[in-house]
Amino acid sequence: MKKKSSGSLALVQRLALAPYSVWAVLFIVVPLIFVAYYAFTDLDFHFTTDNITRFFTATSVISDEAGEREVHTYVLIFLRSLKLAAISTVICLLFGYPFAYLISKASARTQSVLITLIMIPMWMNFLIRTYAWMTILQDTGLLNGLLDALGLGRIHIIGTESAVVIGMVYDYFPYMILPIYSVMAKMDVKLIEAARDLGCNPAGVLRRVIWPLSLPGVISGVTMVLIPSISTFYISQKLGNGKFYLIGDAIEGQYVANNLHFAAAIAFILMVILLFGMAFMQRFANKRAAV
Amino acid sequence: MKTASKIYTGLVMLFLFAPIAILLVFSFNASKSLSVFSGFSLHWYSELLRDSETLSAVRNTLVLAVSAALISTVMGTAAAVGIHKLKNRYLRAAMDSVTNIPMINPDIITGISLMLMFVFVGRLFGAATSLNFATMLIAHITFCLPYVILQVLPKLQQMDKSLPEAAMDLGCTPMRAFLKVEVPEIMPGIVTGLIMAFTLSLDDFVISYFTAGNGFQTLPIRIYNMTKKTVTPKMYALATIIFFVILFLLLLSNLTDADTVQAVRTAREKKRARKNA
Repeated sequence: MKKKSSGSLALVQRLALAPYSVWAVLFIVVPLIFVAYYAFTDLDFHFTTDNITRFFTATSVISDEAGEREVHTYVLIFLRSLKLAAISTVICLLFGYPFAYLISKASARTQSVLITLIMIPMWMNFLIRTYAWMTILQDTGLLNGLLDALGLGRIHIIGTESAVVIGMVYDYFPYMILPIYSVMAKMDVKLIEAARDLGCNPAGVLRRVIWPLSLPGVISGVTMVLIPSISTFYISQKLGNGKFYLIGDAIEGQYVANNLHFAAAIAFILMVILLFGMAFMQRFANKRAAV
Repeated sequence: MKTASKIYTGLVMLFLFAPIAILLVFSFNASKSLSVFSGFSLHWYSELLRDSETLSAVRNTLVLAVSAALISTVMGTAAAVGIHKLKNRYLRAAMDSVTNIPMINPDIITGISLMLMFVFVGRLFGAATSLNFATMLIAHITFCLPYVILQVLPKLQQMDKSLPEAAMDLGCTPMRAFLKVEVPEIMPGIVTGLIMAFTLSLDDFVISYFTAGNGFQTLPIRIYNMTKKTVTPKMYALATIIFFVILFLLLLSNLTDADTVQAVRTAREKKRARKNA
């Protein structure tokens, strides 16, 4: 009796997985295959590598302080996305890491209050958050009003790369703090005490005990800031005044223009690069863990 | 905390909340200006309540979020039970990596990939536009599922395996044992998963943007369309309302979380007391 009933229970439980398995194949795996399929076909769905080549070879002429020059449009856009996302990630890490440490050292009650406070802006729609910064940073906005009132003179920041970076940092800052905090909160205090007792100075404790132990949190924080910053398409449009096209803008632009095959090609290239980047980071993390 | 830590915490909070505070304040502005406050008024709130497009977007968002959250919670909970029972190491690894894909992939790629498939399939059937409420619902369920699974799976792993077995030895059918014994055990995970799915669906813009048809507008898409033109404080009024709804939901989920923690603790203490007696 027992055997029979637990046998049929096992069957029920195995069947429970069936709807999700079908769903995951149909709506997670197959769509990714469609990205590759569109990326490597032309409008009549014949095989072509033109879309991929276009990404690497398309050129346009830009003129700035350095004069007129011809650039590889999409390579430049990708490198710019990478640069701005990397700067934002570094800023988030520099300011988020000490803050996560501070929270983890606070009393249990303060910890939960601070974490809730950090999560509130996270759940506000990012469109609204970004737009709020637009009204602050505008030439006639609050920041300039404040600077004027203080007699400091106005600054022009909207439409510059700095404005885009501010937007990215603001939108994704909590994503850096939370994973680092959750690793630090679980950290064994005895290890830090032991290091101190054995004569390690505070800088040494940080470098040789706290930092290595918090590395998994740092890596997931970095991923959670870097990936959405690289692929964003709203922040750059609002805070960069559309002057700083990022890779997400390029995909969205092609989608709006109904060039689905080229949009797919850009998405495909972005996906491949991110995949390699993440594999590399994982290896780096494993190596550090082994040491 | 030391003074330096307090100052630093204050500065971070200022950075996080100043933009939101500004939205809140200017939603009550009497004039249209977004930088000069000229007097208190509820004008923009009444304006918002008369904006039928925004109101229908709110309705759409709620319908979508409730449906997506319920479907993904049921399917995700079932999936977690199945994944938990998987013995085959390779199948388990495959399942885990597929589940991770929507969480790791940038939203824009999830959105584009689903859109391409919907458009392609739609074209096969000769439809002019293949994006509608159904495609959006599919997209939302898809990106909510991994979060539900990741909430329920740990609860299954923490559960005492002998509990459902005992129920069946005492004459429960497998289904009854699951519903009466396993489900209550993993309930906190299911509830957290449901709340997460609901909020993720409410908040999503990027994936919705690519999978929405022309006729169906959710609140984030409505906000996007509003910010394309010059914005009136009407949007700020909307943002303020959203802020307080989120605040309420967060406090609620924190309370339920504290309740479950408390419940587990009392249960454990009772057990210990019984053992000692």
